[in-house]
Amino acid sequence: MSVHPLHVFLRSEALPTAFCPGCGNGLVAGAILRALVQAGMELRKTVFVAGIGCAAWIPSPHFLADSLHVAHGRAVPTALGIKLRRPELQVIVVGGDGDIAGIGGNHLLHAARRNADLLVIMVNNLVYAMTGGQVGPTTPHGLPTSTTPYGNPEHPMDVVQVVAAAGANYAARWTTAHLPQLEKALVKALSMEGFRFVEVVSPCPARVGGRLSMAPVEALKWLRAQSKPVGQAGPDEIPVGEYIVRDRPGFLRALRGESRG
Amino acid sequence: MSLRRFWSGNIAVAEGALAAGVDFYAGYPITPSSEIMEHMARELPKRGGIFLQAEDEIAAIFLLIGASWADAKPMTATSGPGFSLMQEGLGIAVMTETPLVVVDVMRAGPGTGQASKAAQGDLLQARFGRHGDQIIPVFAPSSVQDCFELTVFAVNTAERLRTPVILLSDELLAHTWETVRVPEGVERVERRRPKDHEPPFGSPDPRVPPPMPRLGEGHALLVTGSTHDAWGLRQTSDPHAHRELVERLWEKIWLNREELFRYEAVGVEEAEVGIVAYGSVARSALAARKLLAGKVSVGVVVLKTLWPLPEEPIRELAARVKAILVPELSLGQLVWDVERVVAGRSPVLRFSKIGGGIPIYPEELAERVLEVAG
Repeated sequence: MSVHPLHVFLRSEALPTAFCPGCGNGLVAGAILRALVQAGMELRKTVFVAGIGCAAWIPSPHFLADSLHVAHGRAVPTALGIKLRRPELQVIVVGGDGDIAGIGGNHLLHAARRNADLLVIMVNNLVYAMTGGQVGPTTPHGLPTSTTPYGNPEHPMDVVQVVAAAGANYAARWTTAHLPQLEKALVKALSMEGFRFVEVVSPCPARVGGRLSMAPVEALKWLRAQSKPVGQAGPDEIPVGEYIVRDRPGFLRALRGESRG
Repeated sequence: MSLRRFWSGNIAVAEGALAAGVDFYAGYPITPSSEIMEHMARELPKRGGIFLQAEDEIAAIFLLIGASWADAKPMTATSGPGFSLMQEGLGIAVMTETPLVVVDVMRAGPGTGQASKAAQGDLLQARFGRHGDQIIPVFAPSSVQDCFELTVFAVNTAERLRTPVILLSDELLAHTWETVRVPEGVERVERRRPKDHEPPFGSPDPRVPPPMPRLGEGHALLVTGSTHDAWGLRQTSDPHAHRELVERLWEKIWLNREELFRYEAVGVEEAEVGIVAYGSVARSALAARKLLAGKVSVGVVVLKTLWPLPEEPIRELAARVKAILVPELSLGQLVWDVERVVAGRSPVLRFSKIGGGIPIYPEELAERVLEVAG
């Protein structure tokens, strides 16, 4: 029997995963692990921090690395607490749109403002999927969800733009239909200091696809067709690519006074 | 050998933390606790420690959780509204067995209440503010000397029992200046690290906390606020796993309660009337006892551990006196404990005062004792 090349990075007692068939989380997990290998990162010197939600399960319990799985929305401050005390560790947050941009939005904003030395990967599946597909901060206008059965009256937030404006060194968006680009973005982000943010738009066949009668493979095709490069995307399209690439001193250096004057 | 220092309660808390080895502080400004944060902001960077002003109190407590897993001895200080926000993180700290110390300098609530005025309304929140079954040790200083010593004890208890610990101060104590005897060195407890193949979340003896591994050493640690087994793997539908974990976390504190008990029993042997008090109010109780010397013999139990509760000194007092007075800067919270412990052996009378941060004066307490003594 052949073994998947990424199997060595997975915790066998956590398999098979709890993810639904067709979920984008497996693609994101693969991209993260491949990027770590390409960037030459040691898994034992990498700490994953996750909150609550489907995407939080990507590292915890699946990755064979240190991981902290804390309260909903609180992965970013937990991760910063680790990084401040153990700067030699690579600290990566993985979470969903509700976790990172909804309940954890204030922490995200201030981590980006501080240019905190963290990589945050936000898997955007457009809804609160784990709890049944409720509307979230990134749900498209008009999309029906379990708590907006007549269509979402609100407008979504472009989280990458917000993070870029708040002061991050790196902010980019890709989708699970752009895995090579996503991996490249993650490798680049891993080599940088300061706050790095990568959003991955990902299909939720159970809570979004099901409601729209869209099969997982159709959802991937839709993501690809809907995506346009940053600056060229229309109002109903998904801008993909880098929003900001900067080389400001990260928060750790700033705390040591290396960024003054 | 000891040094003499003239400190406020808040400064003594910060100095106690530094003496105990606290090397990480994250907090959010709030009256009447801010001097603790300002003192730490000045002192920690000089000593190689880390100070961070967080975006809110929720971030502060989770910064502490992350830092604690990254080997720090972390502390934060806050007051009522911020303490409410920290309850979420305290629950996660209980479940993940994360050592940290939260100081709550009590002010008048509910809501935003009276920000700069003393109160004792947070006792039950300190004990029961989280959802779910759990015990967090709660200590309460009643002098500036206590502020120093009990902070050291709180930090050491957090490390020894791998638990969050709450120090319950109040505005009057926070801004009272007194002379403190500072020993040249204080005991510092270090958390236990795993040997061989010890699980990080299981222990054959519930009195012995599991060892706390370090990050970045290839343990592939699973730390989770959800129900988990001895190795940290989530067990969210196994009833046995939940009972085993939550009972062990409870027993870890409960079976070690004797070593957590701190109190002073003054004049209990010959007492006619008893007073049970804590915090700044305990000072008024001791002063009232002196005022009444030669008139009524008053026994005072000053509680410095509020959870778990030292019950024996209260029972001993109840066995000797006509009645027990429980003065509090609240509508009555500790009085419920005393009623439960005394269980009818003597009358228990509440003495409540709230509003404006006005202390319970020794004179008014003495007057009430005289009435009770008949």
